[in-house]
Amino acid sequence: MDQTSQFCTFYLDKLLFGVELKAVQEVIRSLDMTRVPLAPAVVSGLINLRGQIVTAVDLRKRLELKPRPADTLAMNVVVRSEDGAVSLLVDEIGDVVEVEETTFEPPPETLRGTVRAMILGVHKLNGRLMHVLDIEKACQMIDVPETIGVGR
Amino acid sequence: MAKQEDTLGAQQAPESRPREAVAETIRVGVNVLDKLMTLVGELVLARNQLLQISNTVEDPGLQAVSQRMNLIATELQGEVMKTRMQPIGNIWSQFPRTVRDVALGCGKEVGIEMEGKETELDKTIIEAIKDPLTHLVRNSVDHGIELPDDRLKAGKDQAGRLILRAFHEGGQVNIEITDDGAGLNGDRIRKKALERGVINAEQAARMTEHEIFNLIFLPGFSTAEKVTNVSGRGVGMDVVKTNVEKIGGTVDVQSTRGRGTTVRVKIPLTLAIIPALVVTCGGDRYAIPQVSLLELVRLEADEVGKGIELVHGAPVYRLRGRLLPLVYLNRELKLAVDENAATESDGAVNIVVLRADERQFGLVVDQINDTEEIVVKPLRKQLKTVKTFAGSSIMGDGKVALILDVLGLAQRASVIAETRDRALTEKAVEAAAREEKQTFLLFAGPGDSRMAIPLNTLARLEEFPVAQIEMSGSQWVTQYRGQILPLVRLNVVLEERRNKLRALQAPPSPDSGPIQVLVLNHDGRCFGLVVERILDIVEDRADVRSSATRAAVLYSVVIGERVTEMLDIPAILRSADVSASLPGVATRSAEVAN
Repeated sequence: MDQTSQFCTFYLDKLLFGVELKAVQEVIRSLDMTRVPLAPAVVSGLINLRGQIVTAVDLRKRLELKPRPADTLAMNVVVRSEDGAVSLLVDEIGDVVEVEETTFEPPPETLRGTVRAMILGVHKLNGRLMHVLDIEKACQMIDVPETIGVGR
Repeated sequence: MAKQEDTLGAQQAPESRPREAVAETIRVGVNVLDKLMTLVGELVLARNQLLQISNTVEDPGLQAVSQRMNLIATELQGEVMKTRMQPIGNIWSQFPRTVRDVALGCGKEVGIEMEGKETELDKTIIEAIKDPLTHLVRNSVDHGIELPDDRLKAGKDQAGRLILRAFHEGGQVNIEITDDGAGLNGDRIRKKALERGVINAEQAARMTEHEIFNLIFLPGFSTAEKVTNVSGRGVGMDVVKTNVEKIGGTVDVQSTRGRGTTVRVKIPLTLAIIPALVVTCGGDRYAIPQVSLLELVRLEADEVGKGIELVHGAPVYRLRGRLLPLVYLNRELKLAVDENAATESDGAVNIVVLRADERQFGLVVDQINDTEEIVVKPLRKQLKTVKTFAGSSIMGDGKVALILDVLGLAQRASVIAETRDRALTEKAVEAAAREEKQTFLLFAGPGDSRMAIPLNTLARLEEFPVAQIEMSGSQWVTQYRGQILPLVRLNVVLEERRNKLRALQAPPSPDSGPIQVLVLNHDGRCFGLVVERILDIVEDRADVRSSATRAAVLYSVVIGERVTEMLDIPAILRSADVSASLPGVATRSAEVAN
């Protein structure tokens, strides 16, 4: 029995990431954002999504990648998490891909640190690796202020 | 035509009546109401944008439509808000049973009375206060009300009374839980607090009884001698306080030994839409809930230098003689820390005077915009740790603004971090004021002696013709602003005892000129002090003083290089025995004094 699933893909610092399509509410261009002083650094701000206030998370910071160049505008991938909608800021939107379970592999042991918890594994695509992002983890841990560090 | 309609109506009426009775209420899911609320919020935003556009386009048709839309949207918003309101009686209805059960369990007799059942509150608030209120009620029965025998010994009814009251006051709902039990034992709380190390001996000595009572809201604090299954476990009151504060409310306890205890819970009417002051800081807008707002102070550029002083680096502002600690919003929020950021381009400083937990502080912001009714949206879990914000809201232009949590901000700025004793600061301020120059009103007393009172005790200066003076017993009175103002004659008060009675009963002599009266305000009571002549208002340091030479005089002091007697107003009142109290005049006069 072939298990296939659809992923919405996006790029972060030239890396290909994917989140399960059914968790994605919508994808929108950059919106006006209100910064939140004193918030964890990964929180970019709040956006008004048709009357709903949504927290925007800078995935680059969350995944400890280097900051986005100032001249590029981020895209919002709005995903449904346990705690309501969260907007993930990404560099660029890719295609929707359909993958089989057989191409999946867990992350290598050499991948360490906080990032490991957020990456479920990779799908081996043609000539590329797609990192599968754990949405809950990516949204969850940001309630810990960066100064305290992550202890889970 | 009209006739036909009439007959038609008459025919239909009997049929439609039963149908109406059936369709009076329907059940609607809360999520539907929440969705409605969100949509109405959106509609209001769209309306605002439409209004902006219609103002720029010269089209009478469009303007008329947008005006109508404006009215409808406003009304719709009001009606949708109403769907969320519920009477507090809904949660009170279970209390008689709770009281009976608890009372039975500890062998007491308690009757419960309720006032203001119909007071309406937002649904979310009703849910949030249900548990705290239940706890307070159980606590009152278990701790507050004594056993029947003890009550009889104390000369009270065998059955205790528990009164629940709810009423609106100043945009807030007050809920009072009053029992006629033994009251709080201040000494025991003090002792317990000392044992637990909550306060030190010095603080304990300084704290007022009211402050001592409010220690019961500290975590792990229980004065119950024995633990029952209801209360006395040391958890509870602090949880009550936390839960009430979570929804922007306050808890306060008042008690008289042997007479009973009243716990007053103040909560906002609704969490969904609140009036707020919108300010700008570092280019972003922030909303401050109106309930914490006291006043706004604007310092022009030339006043900034001397208006804002430093206490070892901590900025303060002198607000009517008291030091108001200043908190710079941009520094607290770690926005671009630019020394000039808190001032406008013209150098003026805007201070928003706020109240947090009975303390005042001034929040310095870049700009004060306007007051608005804002729709409160809670912050997501990810931002719950940021204590400085209570929520967020969407502004008229569709952008998101954060709502400041005044309590959290004050804690962050350490305005209320430690239990700094207020009595101490008050004393310090008083002492500071004494060393500074004070303003006095100088007047001539009997026998042309020079006398003075501090100007801040004075409400008004008045002159009454003798014809307006009436006698009420041996008391001179006059009609003043629709009230009866008792007049105290300084010459009678200062008269030797043997002549006092005769002087007291003397009616005003008809041929004397108009009498000079200082309208004074003491302890909320208003009275007039009859003096010979008003001399002057002077500002002086008044530091050379000697003890009083006669009653009703506090001390003698050198003002303007002449010896002047400082009057002791409470003593005058005591000696004149002014029994009439006129709170109406008192409040009005207080405004004048300010």
